[in-house]
Amino acid sequence: MTDTITIYVELKGERIPLEAPTDMGLTVMEVLKANEFDVQALCGGMAICATCHVEVLESGELPEMSDDEAYMLESLPHATESSRLSCQLRVKPELDGLVVRIMPEA
Amino acid sequence: MSDITTDVCIVGAGPVGLFAVFEAGLLKMRCHVVDALPAVGGQLSEIYPKKPIYDIPGYPEILAADLVKNLEQQIAPFHPTFTLGERVEYLDKLDDGSFIVTTVEGTQIACKVVVIAGGLGSFEPRKPAIENLEKFEGHGVTYMVRDPELFRDKRVVLAGGGDSALDWAIYLAGLCKELTLVHRGTAFRGAPESAAKVTSMAEEGQIKLILKSNVTEVHGEEDLQAVTVLVDNATPYEIEADYFIPLFGLVPKLGPLENWGLDLDKNAIVVDTEDYSTNIPGVYAIGDINTYPGKLKLILCGFHEAALMAQSAYNILNPGKKFVLKYTTVNGIQELQV
Repeated sequence: MTDTITIYVELKGERIPLEAPTDMGLTVMEVLKANEFDVQALCGGMAICATCHVEVLESGELPEMSDDEAYMLESLPHATESSRLSCQLRVKPELDGLVVRIMPEA
Repeated sequence: MSDITTDVCIVGAGPVGLFAVFEAGLLKMRCHVVDALPAVGGQLSEIYPKKPIYDIPGYPEILAADLVKNLEQQIAPFHPTFTLGERVEYLDKLDDGSFIVTTVEGTQIACKVVVIAGGLGSFEPRKPAIENLEKFEGHGVTYMVRDPELFRDKRVVLAGGGDSALDWAIYLAGLCKELTLVHRGTAFRGAPESAAKVTSMAEEGQIKLILKSNVTEVHGEEDLQAVTVLVDNATPYEIEADYFIPLFGLVPKLGPLENWGLDLDKNAIVVDTEDYSTNIPGVYAIGDINTYPGKLKLILCGFHEAALMAQSAYNILNPGKKFVLKYTTVNGIQELQV
């Protein structure tokens, strides 16, 4: 088992690979911030601000949404069927190869 | 004439704002604290009072609400005063370098130093990305229902799928000439009983329900006349409407602070890490609302920032007086007289 996975951010038609350790309890939001993507994550990971909203373009099995995450996504005007809050996606081996697009947020 | 006169006006009654009272109090500076919320504690009280926090030094684990309670106890000897339930609106700098902070209710606080400890900022309605939407604000587009009577016998389109969209759909259906609820999804995640009620009212024809759809355009001359709904991301559909009310929850914003002339970066106030001062002399920003290279949004970092801010603020209030760092272990806490 590897300690690092690769997740990708699709930006302007390119897929930018990001190395993400699986043994630090990080979330995808934290990986995005660490790589200086424009993710505000104002609430610090409590699923209450949606400023870390991403669209999942490709993935293996994703963790199920909590009620808080689902409720927040439901309230966003431009969420899609594949929307997730990146603060709720914990970096685990199953997420290797995840492709996300950072969504513009109000 | 101001309502309140103090040394330091602290904007934000979250943990960092409260601890700033303590650090200022140690240096004999009087504080007045203003917050838009009706109670102290900020996010800790409003959002996660029952959640444990694990990174407060000296507390292996403490509930957010208990931390707030302890901070209140810790600052009690310094007798801070509070204006709660009023959002700050204006900051005016006077010729002598002091400030008048004015709230939305018109309360005025005269002070020598302003400390912004506003956390996430204030929560404001989330606006959908619709061209021209802002043009119709006040002319048919509104983000909240203040006076339901305004909508009596009008054609109203609500958008959203949360509790407020459901609740207002139920309430306004009996008042409006025509009420349409547009929802992006196929089901509602709001309170099940509200969702069931909306569905049955739609079946009875009291509410026009359009699912799997978004409002994508607004139309009119001066006032709103119609909205375009895109059904299933494919078919545009125009609805005549006097009012459009998008109800997509709240998003944290700096609000009026944006207009204070502060240097900002991505919704946060840029500060000098020497003392957490902003570009306006006498105004400081501490806690989650500030930004600087290496910023960590942690309560304990905000506490550190409060301590350094207080030293610097002391020099503004006591020009020319030598600052001596005091250790609480030497003299304990010397209460400020009321």
